[in-house]
Amino acid sequence: MAMQISDSAMLATSGAKARARAAALENIRTEPAAVRIAIITLAVSFLTIFVVLPLVLVFAQAFSKGFMAYVTALAEPEALAAIKLTLLVAAISVTLNLVFGLVAAWAVAKFEFSGKTFLITLIDLPFSVSPVISGLVFVLLFGAQGYFGGWLRDHDIQILFAVPGIALATTFVTFPFVARALIPLMQEQGTQEEEAAISLGASGLRTFFRVTLPNIKWGLLYGVLLCNARAMGEFGAVSVVSGHIRGETNTMPLLVEILYDEYQFVAAFAIASLLAMLALITLVAKTILERRLDGGEDRDH
Amino acid sequence: MSAIAARRRTLPGFGLTMGLTLTWLSVIILIPLAGLFLKSLELSLEQFWAILSSRRTLNALRISFGLAFGAACVNLVMGSIIVWALVRYRFPGRRIFDAIVDVPFALPTAVAGVALTALFAEKGWLGAPLAALGIKVAFTPLGIFVAMIFIGIPFVVRTVQPVLQDLDPEIEEAAGSLGASRWQTMIRVILPSLAPALLTGLALAFARAVGEYGSVIFIAGNLPNVSEIAPLLIVIRLSEFRYADATAIAAVMLVVSFIVIFAVNRLQRWAQHRDAER
Amino acid sequence: MTIEVRKLVKTFGSFKALDGVDLKVDSGELLALLGPSGSGKTTLLRIVAGLDWPDAGEVLINGEDALTHGARERHVGFVFQHYALFRHMSVFENVAFGLRVQPRAIRKDETTIRARVKELLDLVQLDWLADRYPNQLSGGQRQRIALARALAIEPRILLLDEPFGALDAKVRKELRKWLRSLHHEINVTSIFVTHDQEEALEVANRVVVMDKGRIEQIGSPDDVYETPATAFVHGFIGESIELPVQVADGVVRLGERPLPLKAEGLASGASKLFVRRHDMLVGPAGSGAFEGAVQHVRNFGPVQRAEVALSGGETIEIDAPRDRELRAGDTVGLEPRRYRIFAG
Repeated sequence: MAMQISDSAMLATSGAKARARAAALENIRTEPAAVRIAIITLAVSFLTIFVVLPLVLVFAQAFSKGFMAYVTALAEPEALAAIKLTLLVAAISVTLNLVFGLVAAWAVAKFEFSGKTFLITLIDLPFSVSPVISGLVFVLLFGAQGYFGGWLRDHDIQILFAVPGIALATTFVTFPFVARALIPLMQEQGTQEEEAAISLGASGLRTFFRVTLPNIKWGLLYGVLLCNARAMGEFGAVSVVSGHIRGETNTMPLLVEILYDEYQFVAAFAIASLLAMLALITLVAKTILERRLDGGEDRDH
Repeated sequence: MSAIAARRRTLPGFGLTMGLTLTWLSVIILIPLAGLFLKSLELSLEQFWAILSSRRTLNALRISFGLAFGAACVNLVMGSIIVWALVRYRFPGRRIFDAIVDVPFALPTAVAGVALTALFAEKGWLGAPLAALGIKVAFTPLGIFVAMIFIGIPFVVRTVQPVLQDLDPEIEEAAGSLGASRWQTMIRVILPSLAPALLTGLALAFARAVGEYGSVIFIAGNLPNVSEIAPLLIVIRLSEFRYADATAIAAVMLVVSFIVIFAVNRLQRWAQHRDAER
Repeated sequence: MTIEVRKLVKTFGSFKALDGVDLKVDSGELLALLGPSGSGKTTLLRIVAGLDWPDAGEVLINGEDALTHGARERHVGFVFQHYALFRHMSVFENVAFGLRVQPRAIRKDETTIRARVKELLDLVQLDWLADRYPNQLSGGQRQRIALARALAIEPRILLLDEPFGALDAKVRKELRKWLRSLHHEINVTSIFVTHDQEEALEVANRVVVMDKGRIEQIGSPDDVYETPATAFVHGFIGESIELPVQVADGVVRLGERPLPLKAEGLASGASKLFVRRHDMLVGPAGSGAFEGAVQHVRNFGPVQRAEVALSGGETIEIDAPRDRELRAGDTVGLEPRRYRIFAG
C-alpha cells in the first residue's frame, strides 16, 4: 500500500511534464499548432486577396469622387434605362423559371421513371455551357443568317438586339436554379403528405397549394434568390444578343463595360457597386435560408 | 417495370408536369443547342479543320484550356486548404469567411472583371507592389489566370466541404491507433476518402473557367495569340459575321463541357457506390 | 500485459463521464465493461487507448505510465463500434495498413507483410475476402476484418467498443463464441465494452459493471449475477422483482405489513427488496411471505410468467415452473427463495 502511494507520487512529479506534452500533442484528429496557424493564415489571406479586396475596391472606386458624384452617375438617363431594363429582364426570366422549376421538380421528385438522372443532367446543362455560347445559340436561331431569321424579318418581329432576345438568353442561363433548389428538397420530403391529402379527397392543385407549397417555401425562395442574382448579373450571354444599343438594350453589367471602356470609372463602379450590393444581399439571405433549410425548420408555418 | 412504375403513381399530374417540363426544356435548351450542332454540321470536315487549325483559334483554345486547367489545379490545392480551415478549425471570422467563399459565384462577372483589373492594374492596390517586383498581372495571360482562379474557388470548396464534414472521425482514430503518423493518416486515409469530391470540384472549376467570359476579358488584354480566350474569339467572329468560325469553336467547347459533365456524373456514381452502406 | 487505472476522472462540459474509476486488469484476461449508455464505459476504453485524455488519474500499461504516450505509440489494438474500415482500401490493404505505416527502420518487407496479413485473415477465417472492398462485406465479416486489422500490429492489449452492437441477433451469438475461442487462442489482454448483459456474462471471464461514471461491482459473471453488490447491479443484471420496503428495528415491512424476512445488519429506513423472478416460489394461499391474486399468465417454454397483484396493491411478475399450472383468478402464496435488501 505504501509502495503504491510513493509510486504514484513519483509518477505525478516526473511524468507530469511528459504527460502534459503528450496530451497536448496527441489529439489524434488535429495537427500541431504551427501547422494549424499556417493553414488558417493561408486560407484567410487567399480569400482576402482574391475575394475581399476586389469587393472592397468596387465600393472604394465608386465613392472615390465623393457621394455626389456617385449619385449623379446613377441618375444619368443611361444608367436609369439600364436599371429598368435589368429589372424587366430579371422579372421575365425569374417568373418563367419559377413556373418551370415548380413543374419540373414535381415531375422529377414525386414520380419514379427511367431516365430521371439523364433528365436532371439536361436541366443542369446551362451550368456548364459558356455564357458566350448561351448567347450564340440564339444568334444562330434568330439572327439575320439564322434558322428563323428570314421568317422573323418577313413578319417584322424583333428578337435579337431587343428585349425578347435578352430575356431568352437570360432564361437559358438561369434555367436550372429553381429546379435544382427544389428537386433534392422535394425528394427528401417524399410523397406521403401529398398522398394523405389526396386520400382525404383533396384535388391535385389543392394538394399542391395547401400541402406541397408550404413545405417547400424556403427552398423555393432560395432558388428564386439565386436565379434572380444571376439574371441581373448575366454578362456574356446578354452581351452577345443585346447589340449594345445605348439607352435601349444595355443592361447594368453591359453598361459597366461600356463606361469602363470609356474611362468613366466612377460611373462604371457606381453601377458595379449596385450589382455588388445585390450580390451581398443575396449572399446574406442565402446564408440565412441555408440555416433554415438545414435546421429542418422548413415546416413551421 | 413500367407497369410497376405506373401503379406507384398515386399522385396526379405526372403527364401534365412531365409534358410541360420536356416541352420547356426543348424550347429553351435543347433546340437552341441542337441548332448549334446542326450549324456546325453544315461545315465540311475540311472547313471545320481549317477553322480550328488556324493559328489564332488554336492559340485561343490553348490559352483557355491551359490556363483553366492550371487555375483549377490552384483551386484544388487552395480550396482544400480553405475547406480544411473552415471545417476543422475554429478562428475568429470563420463564419464570415465561409460565406465569403460564395462571392465569386454571386458577384456579376462584369463587376468581378473590372474590380480585378483595377486591383491588379499597374497603379492598383496589388498591381503596384507586384509591378515593383517586376510582375505584371493585368493585361497579360497571368491576369486571365488570376480571374480564372477567382471564379473557380467556390466550386472546389462547396463540393469538398460537405464530404469532409461528414467524414467519419473513427477512421482517423483507427489510423492513429494503428500507428500511422498524422501525415500518413492525411495521405493514406483522408485524401483518398475525399478523392471523388476533390476531382469533382476540379472538373467543375475547370469547366467554369474554360467558358468564363465576363471576369476575364477586362483583365486579359485580349491580344490575339497571347491573351485572347476562346469565348472572346467567338464574340469577335460573330461581330465579323463569320458565323461558321464562331460555331466551330463553340462546338469544340461544348463537346468538352459534355465530357466534363459525363466525368462528373461518373465520379459521383463511383463515390456513391464506394460509400454505400457503411 | 496488465492494465491499471487509478482515480480516473473525465468530464465533458458539465457531464461527469468518469468519476474516480479504479481498475486492475490481469494479463491474459478477457474483461467486459458493462453498463447503460452514459455510464462512462466507452470513455474509459478510449482513455486506455489514448483516443481521449483524462482530467485526472493514472493509466498504467504493464506498470508503465501510458499517459506520456499518444495512441500511436501505445501499441493498443482498438476495434471501433462501426468498424471504421477504410472504404477505399481492399480487405487485404485494410489489414496491412498498420504494418505499412510503421517507421521505415522497423518496417517489414513486402513478403513478410503479405504473409502476416494472410495469417491474420486465416485466423479470422476470411482469407477468401482479401480482394473485396468493405462495402461488399456483411456486418459480421466487417467486424472480423476490423479485428484482424487491430491484431496486425501485434498489440499489447486489445480493446473492443461494442463489438457486436451493430449486428443482428443471430450473427451476434455466433461471433460471441468465436471471440471467446479467438481470445483463448491469442491470449491477449482484452477489454470489451457492452450494454448487453447476456454478452458480458457469456463472453468475459470478469465483468465490470458501471453506472454514472463509477464502478458498481467487479467480479466473475457468476458473482455479479448471484451476489450483486448494489441495488443498481441487481436491477441491471438479470430480471428482478423490485419492491420498496421499510426497515425498522430489525423488521422489514411492505407498506404496513411486516414481512418474515431476515433483516440483521440492515440500517433502518427506506430500502429496496430484490428477488429474482424465478426465485419467487409459488405455494397455496396463506403460505409464504406474500399473498396475491394471479392476473394474467403466459407460457415461455419451460416456465410460465404470471402477473400477480399483491394484497398491498403492488403488481409483480414471477417466473414459475410449469409443473403446476397457474390460472388467472387464483390466489397464491409467494415465498422468496433468495432475496437481497439494499438501503436507499
